[in-house]
Amino acid sequence: MTKEVFVQGNEACALGAIAAGCRFFAGYPITPSTEIAEIMSKKLPTVGGRFVQMEDEIAAVGAIIGASWGGQKVVTATSGPGFSLMQENIGYAAITETPIVIINMQRGSPSTGQPTRSAQADMMQTRWGSHGDYETISLAPSSVQECFDYTVEAFNLAEKYRCPVFVMADEIVGHMREKITIPDKIDITPRQMPEKCENYLPYDAPENSTTPMPSFASGFNIHVTGLTHDERGYPSTDDPDVHSKLVTRLCNKILKNRSDIAQIDTKYIDDAEIIVLGYGIPSRSALTAVKKARDSGLKVGYIKLGVVWPFAEELLLEYTKNAKRIIVPELNLGQVYLEVDRVLGKNAKVELVSKIGGALITPDEILDKIMEE
Amino acid sequence: MIENEHPHKFIKYLRTERLPHLFCPGCGNGIIFNTLFNAIEMSDVDFENISMVSGIGCSSRIPGYVKCDSLHTTHGRAIAFATGLKMANSKQDVIVVTGDGDATSIGGNHLIHAARRNIDLTVICVNNDIYGMTGGQISPTSPKGSYATTAPYGSTDKPFNIAEVAKAAGASYVAKYTVAQPIQVSNAIKEGLANKGFSLIEVIAQCPTYYGRKNKLKTPKAMIDWFKENTISLKQAEDMTDEELEGKIITGVYINKPRAEFIESLDAISAQNSDITPEDNINKAYMGD
Repeated sequence: MTKEVFVQGNEACALGAIAAGCRFFAGYPITPSTEIAEIMSKKLPTVGGRFVQMEDEIAAVGAIIGASWGGQKVVTATSGPGFSLMQENIGYAAITETPIVIINMQRGSPSTGQPTRSAQADMMQTRWGSHGDYETISLAPSSVQECFDYTVEAFNLAEKYRCPVFVMADEIVGHMREKITIPDKIDITPRQMPEKCENYLPYDAPENSTTPMPSFASGFNIHVTGLTHDERGYPSTDDPDVHSKLVTRLCNKILKNRSDIAQIDTKYIDDAEIIVLGYGIPSRSALTAVKKARDSGLKVGYIKLGVVWPFAEELLLEYTKNAKRIIVPELNLGQVYLEVDRVLGKNAKVELVSKIGGALITPDEILDKIMEE
Repeated sequence: MIENEHPHKFIKYLRTERLPHLFCPGCGNGIIFNTLFNAIEMSDVDFENISMVSGIGCSSRIPGYVKCDSLHTTHGRAIAFATGLKMANSKQDVIVVTGDGDATSIGGNHLIHAARRNIDLTVICVNNDIYGMTGGQISPTSPKGSYATTAPYGSTDKPFNIAEVAKAAGASYVAKYTVAQPIQVSNAIKEGLANKGFSLIEVIAQCPTYYGRKNKLKTPKAMIDWFKENTISLKQAEDMTDEELEGKIITGVYINKPRAEFIESLDAISAQNSDITPEDNINKAYMGD
């Protein structure tokens, strides 16, 4: 039976993780995400899961990667300063193709910044915060319901693509309380155990794809390393072809599947000359602004990216093909705006509505931008 | 792969397709392999049930040659990864192989907190007093006055006694020996595997290539002789002054005092709150419901 609960975004993330089958959490307290750790510490022992508060965020990601190879679905939660510490092992998860989910309740930054204020300023860091070429998946919830839904989806995507997946929420969504519906049946993607065979090759993946992931202590006797590795999983650090093949595949298994990974909500775009294209919490203001503009007879449309990275280039080109202007509201000085401009800027004028400091962009601020021309 | 009419009795534990290994001639890691396999054979642990975890450095390459599941992680983080791996499926025997720089410099925080929790890991810390993989830089255990590429005038710092650090942080089994005491090392690893809690076995090992070359101990024999000359027991150390102890390798069992293990303590709480045990959830990621 579906259940309705009145919860904050942080709690919805925790509920979503457990609903998705997560039974391990390792984390470190940080505002404004701490409630997720608190709730997981209370709930996991009631479902046969295990919780550990680690000594820092570096250790938290190390522990969830270890637990993922131990056969668990795993999550940690943090905010900017902790996210910076996590980058080292995020790169390790990317190259070893370890499914992990990281929830980032973004706050004002850089550095310690504004612990209790909202921001979307880690959107570029989530993409390439660790060193090297790699691709991951980032979702951006704009409501408490989406905190639940997108966390479940993050686990499913992590399993399907064997990569780190980020739920890039923010302080407002994390601490906001809304009524949400928890369905009785939730689609979850189980991990696939490979078949045992002679000369099993754990990293022998098809182009643009990945392979089933064995768990440790299941008799596969595999080697997992952050060094460039061949199909056997063994280090091969001097052969340019091995490195090129591996890193290209790691990127392409995400990039070439971006239209499948995409999650895009649209409204009023068929005849739209102006489109407000947002993600996360400013999309709530954007929808109000678009409706007001429509009421006054303007042909304005709305696009919300549920998945921000990988950037759904082909779908967005299609959805915006008639637009003359595209307005991007975000709580930073222009990050995703740069990618929108790169991909859609040839056909339309891409404009930024930026706000930092902690307050949300209001519908009127977006409406003012719509009315500028 | 090297064919041999009379294969070594421990060759069955190795990924022979990866041989020859990358260790320098005269490296102490050979004795670590030997003492580890000997300990496993002496213990009740099933080799098939072992998972190994390591960080970055020469000794952290050891698990990559062992025919069990092995996780070669980031610099200093092996114990953090091992914590998660063990918590995901506590039926595994998890062995961490780490070095002095890995465990006590970049990874010092993870070492002390895992010891504090008394999580059931067996950590073999191969201490060669130098950064070998990067070519001979000073380490937190390098003796005062020793030379390294980043201590061209000699080290000014007081070195860590890793065994003391682990004991002070709460490890329930800690022992320290040199590679010149292989029987004691094997026994200590065996004890560590048997201990339900955090066990650390520090093994002083020679690096003739970098430590030896920089410190007038160019051959493996010179280094091992140097270990022997400077090795004293914990008992002998009791009556010695700080001045007398400088440069000495104090060997023996630092602590063997079992106490409540971390995961068992967590599971006792789970048992009070649910009928679902963590064992029911082993490999939960593979379950569809």
